[in-house]
Amino acid sequence: MQYPVSLQTFNYFSSPSSPSSPEPNTPVPGNEPKVTKITNCKILKDRKIVEKDSIWIQNGKIIDPHKFFWHQKRLPDEVLDAQGLLVVPGFIETQINGAFGVDFSVPLDHDAYEKALLKVNRGLLKFGTTSYCPTIVSSSAAVYHKVLPHLKPRLGSAATGATILGAHVEGPFISEARIGAHELKVLQASAPNGYKDFKDVYGFEGETPEAQKKLSEQDLQCVKIITCAPELDGVMESIPDLVKAGITVSVETMIPDLVKAGIIVSVGHSMANIFQAEQSVENGATFITHLFNAMPQFHHRDPGVIGLLGSRLDLPRPYYGLICDGIHVHPNSVKIAYDSHPEGVILVTDAMSAMGLAPGNYRLGNMNVTKEEDRVYIEKTDTLAGSVITLDACIRNFIKFTHCSVIEALEAVTLHPAVLLGIQETKGVIKPGADADLVFLSEDLYVKRVFVAGEEVNLNAIDVEAVEKF
Amino acid sequence: MRLVIRKDFEAVSYHVAKYVKERIKEFNPTAAKPFVLGLPTGSSPIGVYRNLVKFHQAGELSFQHVITFNMDEYVGLPRDHPESYHSFMWSNVFKHVDILPENVHILDGNATDLDLECQRYEEKIAAVGGIELFLGGIGPDGHIAFNEPGSSLNSRTRVKTLAYDTIVANARFFDNDITKVPNLALTVGVATVMDAREVCIIITGAHKALALAKCIEEGVNHMWTVSAIQLHPRGMIVCDEDATLELHVKTVNYFKSIEKVHEQLIGSDNVGLQGGVRSWRGGAESTYHQ
Repeated sequence: MQYPVSLQTFNYFSSPSSPSSPEPNTPVPGNEPKVTKITNCKILKDRKIVEKDSIWIQNGKIIDPHKFFWHQKRLPDEVLDAQGLLVVPGFIETQINGAFGVDFSVPLDHDAYEKALLKVNRGLLKFGTTSYCPTIVSSSAAVYHKVLPHLKPRLGSAATGATILGAHVEGPFISEARIGAHELKVLQASAPNGYKDFKDVYGFEGETPEAQKKLSEQDLQCVKIITCAPELDGVMESIPDLVKAGITVSVETMIPDLVKAGIIVSVGHSMANIFQAEQSVENGATFITHLFNAMPQFHHRDPGVIGLLGSRLDLPRPYYGLICDGIHVHPNSVKIAYDSHPEGVILVTDAMSAMGLAPGNYRLGNMNVTKEEDRVYIEKTDTLAGSVITLDACIRNFIKFTHCSVIEALEAVTLHPAVLLGIQETKGVIKPGADADLVFLSEDLYVKRVFVAGEEVNLNAIDVEAVEKF
Repeated sequence: MRLVIRKDFEAVSYHVAKYVKERIKEFNPTAAKPFVLGLPTGSSPIGVYRNLVKFHQAGELSFQHVITFNMDEYVGLPRDHPESYHSFMWSNVFKHVDILPENVHILDGNATDLDLECQRYEEKIAAVGGIELFLGGIGPDGHIAFNEPGSSLNSRTRVKTLAYDTIVANARFFDNDITKVPNLALTVGVATVMDAREVCIIITGAHKALALAKCIEEGVNHMWTVSAIQLHPRGMIVCDEDATLELHVKTVNYFKSIEKVHEQLIGSDNVGLQGGVRSWRGGAESTYHQ
């Protein structure tokens, strides 16, 4: 048995010598920002629901209470009792065309658009959505140049509402045959100049015709997801460039360029056959825009875009959006898609401007619509004017349709979209370093309380009416 | 020394936790006169901690004026490492109760001058008036804290090299890779523990039976360092039936009979926390000496 003799300054390890375990950036005593602890809750954390744990928040972020206890040697300044509710990350919406009477694709003068955007940002919090990609339908280049600068990523707050993650531009490089509700005349039939055509239309780098404003490279940041049809000429090759630009691309030909540009490419509004669809994924497409809608039906010998859910093992299967109102996609189809590729599901609303309004008759754009609780019709008809489902309702429907677990349904609106968009270190998760965007849900998954950047939102104070009725 | 024998691990944990709670309540700590508690880590006290947290959550126990000193910590292991004793205490106790962070003391295994750190620790204990109650466990080799066989029974807080057996036993927490296990630790000494006004050792399981027997039925011996408790004026060991397997029947019967006397002849509500008798057949109060 050997006794250690008196040891002087002895480093047993190679880490740098420093005074007793200091933490970098320890705040100056007396000036420390407030720390809030949320207790008596169940938490969706690390892909499990844990009880007897708590969430600690400082500076709008979730912090590690272990580190905080030892380094800052303080108790929390404020302890919130969650009354046993389930606390989950704020929901992330990747496809929404408008809400509360606002249509993102309609350009307005600067202040009016900003005001409309604020209305939607705040209103969405009521349904638990704390981050989203405002979606623009196929439009002319002029509309993009006007509207996109408003949709640059911006962090939300309890006062200003949900975080904008960048725009989802759905079109115009989409298939005529799968136009859905888009206008034919603004469609771009091809992109013969590849990525450059994308830049021209969306106005990325100022290589626009003189008639249009010269835009800076910063505007590239405004676009996060592009939905396009890979079978169109020139689109497939552009995808890698778009992806490199950081935008999620949903198209084939331009895909490599788009991917290179860091854009998320999404396949949608397309007639692609299975070969073209798989090629677009090989080129970097990572998302399918509202699976089943605006694409050919499943055919057993050419499954097309839907067939991506059955791709071979070495081809990464993309995420896929599902509109979960039970109307746009039959519940059985939802279940089939989910069962075949559960890790890829992302719930979306694809909601149009009537979402969030109380039932009644409204004039929206150049349409008169009649809104009921969960659907909206063109007035005096049986024709649906679009989707008005809310994201929290999608979650409840999804569980009903697929009998999946609560965790899986919640991850479809939090973890999955975060990973798709590459933001899973700060959004869609509850872990130290993530933004403190939290939703408190009741047992039956209704939104009870919402926090954005660590601050509670007064849901009752959100006023989203004042829409022209008829 | 009192030997309290309970049915199993759960019963032992509950008994010790309740004892700690009652001791703190009786002491009635304030900011000026805090209750100083010495705490162990490992599998023995986990049940005690679970019960203490439950008492706290039920509103029966506050840690507001409790100061704690832990027994030991690994050298060189980052404080945030899941196997560090800082992490153990945080996840088992501190994160669930209302203890003030500045009242928590754990040896810093990453200090640049380890000797100074040990010295400072002893000074901190003295500065708060010494430890009122020191809880502890026991190793299969009879060690208390990291005072492994051969440690001086007069030792104080210092750096210790871990026994090879201990390192191998701990490998299961470090991906079964013994090169990843820390081989040095800072530990309170045997005398540091015995300086506390009361010592309570938790001993459960058949694998601890031999150690218990060596520590209480044989002499005070530096090969079984918990045996130093024999010289403590207020020592208590709480064990389960399995841990008594190596004891003489006579020993077990004796200690069980004491409790029987307390319960049946004196009445358990007449027996104070320290074993003193509150009233004796209507007579004057007295304290029986152990």
